[in-house]
Amino acid sequence: MGAAATGATPAGPIPAERFRAMFEPRGVLVAGASTHPGKFGFVSLHNILACGYQGKVFATNREGAEVLGIRTVADIDDLPDGEIDLVFVCTPATANPDVLRACAKKGVTAAFIASAGYGEAGEAGLAAQAELVALADELGMLLAGPNGQGVVSPPARLCAQIVGPFPPAGHIGIASQSGNFVSSFENYAQLTGVGVSRAVSAGNAAAVGVPDYLEYYADDPETRVALAYVESVGDGRAFVDRLRGVAQRIPVVVVKGGATAGGQRAAASHTGALASDDRVLDGALRQAGVARAATVEEGFEAAATFASQPLPRGNRVVVVTTVGGWGVVTADAMAGTDLELAALPPDLMAAIDAELPPRWSRNNPVDMAGGETRDTVPRILELAASHPEVDAVIFLGMGIQSNQARLMREGPFWPGHGLERIVGFHERQDARYAEAAAEVGEATGKPVLVATELAVTSPDNPGPAAVRAGGRLCYPSANRAVVALDHLWRRSRWLARRDLA
Amino acid sequence: MPTLSEAASKELLGTFGVPFPTERVVATVDGVVAAAGEIGFPVVVKLGGDAIAHKTERGLVRLGLGSPDQVRDAAGALLAAATPEDGEVHLLVAPMLRATRELIAGLHDDPQFGMTVMLGVGGVLAEAVADVSFRLAPITLVDAEEMIDDLSLQSLLGPFRGEPPVDRAAVAEVLLALSRAAGERGDIAAADLNPLLVVDGRPVAVDALVEVR
Repeated sequence: MGAAATGATPAGPIPAERFRAMFEPRGVLVAGASTHPGKFGFVSLHNILACGYQGKVFATNREGAEVLGIRTVADIDDLPDGEIDLVFVCTPATANPDVLRACAKKGVTAAFIASAGYGEAGEAGLAAQAELVALADELGMLLAGPNGQGVVSPPARLCAQIVGPFPPAGHIGIASQSGNFVSSFENYAQLTGVGVSRAVSAGNAAAVGVPDYLEYYADDPETRVALAYVESVGDGRAFVDRLRGVAQRIPVVVVKGGATAGGQRAAASHTGALASDDRVLDGALRQAGVARAATVEEGFEAAATFASQPLPRGNRVVVVTTVGGWGVVTADAMAGTDLELAALPPDLMAAIDAELPPRWSRNNPVDMAGGETRDTVPRILELAASHPEVDAVIFLGMGIQSNQARLMREGPFWPGHGLERIVGFHERQDARYAEAAAEVGEATGKPVLVATELAVTSPDNPGPAAVRAGGRLCYPSANRAVVALDHLWRRSRWLARRDLA
Repeated sequence: MPTLSEAASKELLGTFGVPFPTERVVATVDGVVAAAGEIGFPVVVKLGGDAIAHKTERGLVRLGLGSPDQVRDAAGALLAAATPEDGEVHLLVAPMLRATRELIAGLHDDPQFGMTVMLGVGGVLAEAVADVSFRLAPITLVDAEEMIDDLSLQSLLGPFRGEPPVDRAAVAEVLLALSRAAGERGDIAAADLNPLLVVDGRPVAVDALVEVR
């Protein structure tokens, strides 16, 4: 990718209404619809029609063939005026200038170019790309791509992309220099139920780059957190300055590919010799208040946490667990972060004492040591989260009862032998723990995170299922909950230290 | 890019508030002996000049000189080690500071990000340890404090082997001084404070190198 791939806006910010035309179009046109189910021109039309888009859908096809029940036209001029905002372009690169001109006449203000044969395809492609950028600029049209896999906008039920999945609606706005990463984040959204507001693959980012999308997300009412995958940052200072502007308004999470590619430089100064690309980028992102994630799952989970939990006002964490070992490793995981295991204040200690038999840990992590009865877990979560010297709570051990219930349900003794009653109790309890964690978080305005590997090993378990139903992330491990919470704490501190909170 | 001599580098950065030990620039062996007497033994004597960048590698730094005779011998040997390529040279006399902790700080004009400020754990292993933190210049006080927090070896910054904890505000002030220097002197291309010794908890730069455009 060239410098253009970094998406430095050529002349001032792109008008928001052009982004709205792409993310909330009144009507969509697929240019180059195909009758062949393997072609982009078929798949994109299929996905737009199949995912529940409510606006009008049009398509062009050279022969004017019917595709998926849509009567296509051979000529864009035959389409109605003023009903189409977005064109999804699958036609060959050579045809596209004419497509854009014809679309502009119909009032189209956003184009997503899926076609290849541009900047990724040698000098002729680069020239065609530059020509397309100039044309779109002249026509006042947003030009996304080319060579991108598409755009989704679940609040508008729009799935204009050439791959699955169509993620659930939510508040994470995604922009990526790699289409595969869009899919990965969407897959995590589908798995966890923490949904997406907008997602776009920048493709060659000829005219619109990742920072442009993120700047739009900062003002987009559907988006609460921006999540980006970037490989090339081009003019690093301009890139970071723009991300800082976004981070001042909404949380920004960045996964950076090729982090280890730029080695240390030969330099006369020791400082220069130590200045690897990655170290400089890392410092610049910290300074700009951007959360940098090391992996794709860390990136998604940080974004999902920003989208579904309040920021902690401090770093004092109480870990509540029904299982001792997990509490210990959670404390270990915290040692590598800026979070602290809160020292239990005496009044909180006394209050927990009143709820549990004396064998509980009497320390943080609060290991209930199997001493809990029907109402204990909700009560302890409430006590911990509502204490003024506690900033966040991590709850472990949910779902264990339902896991046993499942064995009983699936075993040879079901039903009978009194199994139904205990199974029902177990399953209600786990769902209740999940609900209590959410309620306590709401009531106190503090993050309350629930972690269990059952989120992935047994996603139908009533515990994780109830966390999902509540729109929150059920963390697949305690250490992943710790890493996500650390991102929230760092942002909270970044804002507070700069009087931005 | 040309480098300034150690003395000129220190003079430049000193005006922006980088703390350096009191030292003298002299031309002759007798001048060195007199300066050492005024500074107090032990002293460090170095050969300096605009064309001399990496003194340690060339053996142009003599440490821990405890008497006038030692100073005289060292100064003579240093002057004799000067080569024609070194151009005009001088001798630098400084107090021998004792410190168990060394930091490194500097400026680097990055091709992608422009001018950056760095703080790191110093010493001969600095590049191998690579416990460093960068920020884009100019930096604020908050940025400087967060750079200190970024270092992994926080235990070095607390009370250490009988020495008091590092004065974080003073370290932050060094970083801000570098940032100011870069902002006001557009001709600075790079700078090293290496080492930035921690003496009784306070940072003191005992060597400086500035590259100019």
